[in-house]
Amino acid sequence: MIMRITKGRIMPDFLIRAALAGLGLVMATGPLGCFVLWRRMAYFGDATAHAAILGVALAFATGLPVYAGTLIVAIAMAMTVSALTGRGHAMDTALGVLAHSALAFGLLAVSFLPGVRMDLSAWLFGDILAVAPSDLAWIWGGSALVLGLLVWRWQGLLDATVNEDLAQASGVNPGIERLALTIALALVVAVAIKIVGALLIAALLIIPAATVRGLSRSPEGMAVAAAVAGAVAIVAGLGLSLRLDTPAGPSIVAVAAMLFLLALPMGARR
Amino acid sequence: MMPAQREPLISARGLSVRHGGVTILSDVDFHIHPSEIVTVVGPNGSGKSTLIRALVGLDPAAQGQIMRRDGLRLGYVPQRLSIDPSLPMTVHRFLSLPRRQAAGDIAGVLARVGVEGLEDRPMARLSGGQLQRVLLARALLARPEILVLDEPTQGLDQPGEAAFYRLIEEVRSQTGAAVLMVSHDLHVVMATSDRVICLNGHVCCEGTPQVVSAAPEYRALFGAGTGGALALYRHVHDHAHDGAPGHPHPHDHGHEHGHHDHAYHERADHA
Repeated sequence: MIMRITKGRIMPDFLIRAALAGLGLVMATGPLGCFVLWRRMAYFGDATAHAAILGVALAFATGLPVYAGTLIVAIAMAMTVSALTGRGHAMDTALGVLAHSALAFGLLAVSFLPGVRMDLSAWLFGDILAVAPSDLAWIWGGSALVLGLLVWRWQGLLDATVNEDLAQASGVNPGIERLALTIALALVVAVAIKIVGALLIAALLIIPAATVRGLSRSPEGMAVAAAVAGAVAIVAGLGLSLRLDTPAGPSIVAVAAMLFLLALPMGARR
Repeated sequence: MMPAQREPLISARGLSVRHGGVTILSDVDFHIHPSEIVTVVGPNGSGKSTLIRALVGLDPAAQGQIMRRDGLRLGYVPQRLSIDPSLPMTVHRFLSLPRRQAAGDIAGVLARVGVEGLEDRPMARLSGGQLQRVLLARALLARPEILVLDEPTQGLDQPGEAAFYRLIEEVRSQTGAAVLMVSHDLHVVMATSDRVICLNGHVCCEGTPQVVSAAPEYRALFGAGTGGALALYRHVHDHAHDGAPGHPHPHDHGHEHGHHDHAYHERADHA
């Protein structure tokens, strides 16, 4: 019965677009997710993503493109969190307050918007199957930007990740590298919200990177492998979603999680 | 005297550093010249690391000035380095940060610090002594005019510590790099330094190892009565070549203070 659905048929356009959108996204989330892991910024991704819902509301209220709204709020949130980190605040508390209030205010703002019919669950959980051709341009553009930023600053980013003092003594400015990552993260969140939604973005950053950690011998190898693991999760997740009629975003994350489990023993053997 | 030799690599005047409203260092004057080995000693919490960090530019000065010579090449060895276990990083890759280095240069510098062939070892699997040597190798790859080491032998055993400081001295004599280091280890300080700065929130005393170890301020901080410190003191005098006569009786040190002061001034004139 499962075979009957797809066998012998040409893939429908929406599915091709979904796959293209997902593959574009993981090119950025793979390498960026490695930095999220190395620098223990997982909370950071969560806070930024939750704030993005506020950005969606903002976009609807002002008529801005949704990507622009989420990007603005995500950058504002990322900068706030980054500034607080720099001043040594108790981060988990500050983040808990910021992330969840941003989400709550976002949801409130949405409910106040007159005459706007908005499918909230699409923004919370994503709807990769509804990706339009114009979305593809945003996603690939944003991903390329993030990837370009990472490649451009790779050596400095890596050095500042190993040890900020050592980097600074070698002439690298750790503050600038932190800012570059902050902006990259906000960009990825803005781009990914349509695909996996605000609640699952962090999963796409962390799980593929964590999956390949034990198998990698160099930072560069790990970045590439994380993108590949992400791509496998996208394609297999879409397939799963199609065959079992499950929601696409969670299916992708579920496959990523299964890959992680599969890779665990291989990492442990090394 | 060549004027270039007289210009300090790093100097500070009236330097104060605060952390969160607490003054860690106040009114410190400092200078280090090319090829000099200067060691900062002091009890825990006396601001040794803070001074080093401020001089390198890692901590901001609350007051006063720090001057580093234009384009100064500096090699910094931190107190410790813990790389997140999720970051796969070989020694070779680590030494290629932040600037890529040729494989031959990396092999050469590893051999020089006595850990040849470690290129492919993950950083996480280095022993304490190996890690310190790799950190020194990274500092040397910058072809430094000054090496700055913040308690570089923490976690090493006694022989390892002695070997590490011998290595530092070797590097100094081979490259002519100045060395600025923090140590809690008086033994080493006495044996290898040209000049010692005794710190306790401010500069308590300063001078050649002989001068400082005899200074009442230093003795008040570290205590003169311990056998170890006395043995050390004699040991140093056994090896002193710059005019201070040896004196086997530690009781004499107080009386000799004026004499040592004199030795210090003499030295300062020549510095």
